[in-house]
Amino acid sequence: MDMFAWLQTGLFFTTLLLLVKPLGIYMARVYRGERTLLSPLLAPCENLLYRICGVNPDKEMDWRHYTAAMLLFNLTGMAALFALLNMQHLLPFNPRGLPPFTWQLALNTAVSFVTNTNWQAYSGEAAASYLTQMTGLTVQNFVSAATGLAVIIALIRGFSRRTTALIGNFWVDLSRGVLYILLPLSLAAALLLVSQGVIQNFSPYRTVLLLQPFNIDTPAGQETVAEVTLPMGPVASQEAIKELGTNGGGFFNANSAHPFENPTPFSHLLEILLILVIPAALTHTFGVMVGNTRQGWALFSVMLLLLIFSFGALQWVETDAAPQLSQFGIEGGNMEGKEVRFGQAATSLFEVATSATSCGAVAAMHDSLTPLGGMIPLSLILLGEIVFGGVGSGLYTMLAFAVIAVFVAGLMIGRTPEYLGKKIEVREMWLSIVTILIAGVVVLILSGIAMVTPSATASMANAGAHGLSEVLYAFASMANNNGSAFAGLNADTNFYNLLGALAMLIGRFVPAVAMLAMAGSLAAKKYVPPSLGTLPTDKPPFALWLLLVILIVGALTFFPALALGPIAEHLTVPGGN
Amino acid sequence: MKEIRPALLMLLLFTLICGGLYPAVVTGLAQLLFPAQADGSLIADATGRVIGSALIGQPFSDPKYLWPRPSATGGFAYNPLASGGANISPASPAYGKTIGERLGKLPAAGLTGPIAADLVQASGSGLDPHVSPEAAAAQVLRIAQARGLSEARVADMLAAHLETRQFGFLGAPRINVLAVNLALDAAAP
Repeated sequence: MDMFAWLQTGLFFTTLLLLVKPLGIYMARVYRGERTLLSPLLAPCENLLYRICGVNPDKEMDWRHYTAAMLLFNLTGMAALFALLNMQHLLPFNPRGLPPFTWQLALNTAVSFVTNTNWQAYSGEAAASYLTQMTGLTVQNFVSAATGLAVIIALIRGFSRRTTALIGNFWVDLSRGVLYILLPLSLAAALLLVSQGVIQNFSPYRTVLLLQPFNIDTPAGQETVAEVTLPMGPVASQEAIKELGTNGGGFFNANSAHPFENPTPFSHLLEILLILVIPAALTHTFGVMVGNTRQGWALFSVMLLLLIFSFGALQWVETDAAPQLSQFGIEGGNMEGKEVRFGQAATSLFEVATSATSCGAVAAMHDSLTPLGGMIPLSLILLGEIVFGGVGSGLYTMLAFAVIAVFVAGLMIGRTPEYLGKKIEVREMWLSIVTILIAGVVVLILSGIAMVTPSATASMANAGAHGLSEVLYAFASMANNNGSAFAGLNADTNFYNLLGALAMLIGRFVPAVAMLAMAGSLAAKKYVPPSLGTLPTDKPPFALWLLLVILIVGALTFFPALALGPIAEHLTVPGGN
Repeated sequence: MKEIRPALLMLLLFTLICGGLYPAVVTGLAQLLFPAQADGSLIADATGRVIGSALIGQPFSDPKYLWPRPSATGGFAYNPLASGGANISPASPAYGKTIGERLGKLPAAGLTGPIAADLVQASGSGLDPHVSPEAAAAQVLRIAQARGLSEARVADMLAAHLETRQFGFLGAPRINVLAVNLALDAAAP
């Protein structure tokens, strides 16, 4: 990295660090129902919303009731989006006259956006009408992120409350997340993005005459291309929440590599910041709400270490250690699938941020990364997206890891496992283990099935080990609700649409429900004041221990699969071993 | 089951707020504050005819034009309706063959100097409007000969279109291919 890249990276992390505390405190105030800067404007809207929906905001729910409301809302959203995708040709704001999605693709897409995955087996500019993008996909970008926030806030309440069955009101948490956090930040970010050149209009696609017409060979003979059609649409409004809600579903097929989604280096870094800022600040919200901000910083530092390490590794293998490119005598590192304007360093930063969280937007094609380069986003996803992770889901998965780390440490040193003043018992262990292992189980089983299914292997764009990486990445991405892809894989088939939908549903709702159950069981417990026998969980030794537990669980689960995919591919490259 | 009413109504109201009101407000403000950007940063030639967007690359192959990067979009190169990358592993034999073919064509196409990666590697969007300054510099001789301009003149025009790092340190230096080609046409048609 040159001097500019160091400066850019340093300033980026400084900005992120400076935002953690103020945004973390703001979110804690929002979910506690305290007055904030935006209350004069938003409180009347909020109350009107409750009145129309018949919600009593003061009436809290136990965990079963909270879970039922959450599942019911998500199911409703899925049904509505499925219907919209199936009949977009009958509805307005479809200037291209696009046909409906097939039911398999509609099912996959509806599940994908409701589960905050944003796996896209379709190409935005060629398949989705403006109405679909706005009232279907954008809406789910907001409410799926707010759902993730609601679950983590309920879990935090479980830790901070004592001997109660109540963990909050789902409708209130959902509404506050959208109104006070996601909407204002998205509005500001969308305008900043437009200032950089992200488009925002309702115009029909625009045909322009080319400066230099050219000939192409078609099956019907030679044809002259004299004009091309530029896609248009309300992109910036969707782009902002796509990053902020760690959704990741691009308006266009090329996602954040597309110049209309991400036109300048500044828009690029802003998008990375939007991806990371809420998950990062949530660690502080957690610290504030459990009454000890150092608990939040301990988790933050584990996440930051993993992110910086991954960034350094990706940047290194893509520039200095790309043996398969140096044989050609070309300079500048691997530029395949990357845009000139961002530069190598900022491209690497985007790709680790998007896979460390559950975002899945891409500014470079992961399928075109070097074998070891592609393994880095894949590994971050397989770890369970706990490095900041998805909005809400990242922190609740990280807390499941913390519970396990506390328990294992307790066994090793003969102390009663306690976390944040709550005794960790069999029930909490079960729920945490289910949360961290379910996605891995789904990934390995479905990838295994794909490998012995001819129609599934036919979808691979690359042969051999890289083909396995494509399939492994696809199920890792769907089961962990990431949504990015080794995009050579043809995913619009019955096999990937239907099994992928299943993977996304399991990967989203099993951990969410398990964590709500844990919220209920923790809230009911007494507070155990720290004693000499308590393991301090807000100090560096615990952070280091947590890091090791994460790496050991990740390595034990996925090393064999990684060895057969990216590592095998790397070793077979000339000069790769 | 008493939660069915809030589930339906919340979804309806958030659809109106996040799917209707929010994009409408963003569009209104965007069209008011940044109309050129919001409409796609379109650029016109000397006669006022819109000939493209400053953000979307076009395929040039005539020796008198600055050439863009290879593109892997569907249908034909730089097809704005089918954005995307090649998605072929750079470690695969198929990819080595593609790069070998592209490298082999460079001398015949009058491309000189060290080989910048972006000259033979396609972008992720397939619509990258830029090339690196190195990739542009390698084409100076060819453009100068095809247009009957001096090499210094062409190099000056490239330098005039060099976009430096944003705010002095963000991203990478780059040259907009379409903008340079418009300027070339204006200087020596």
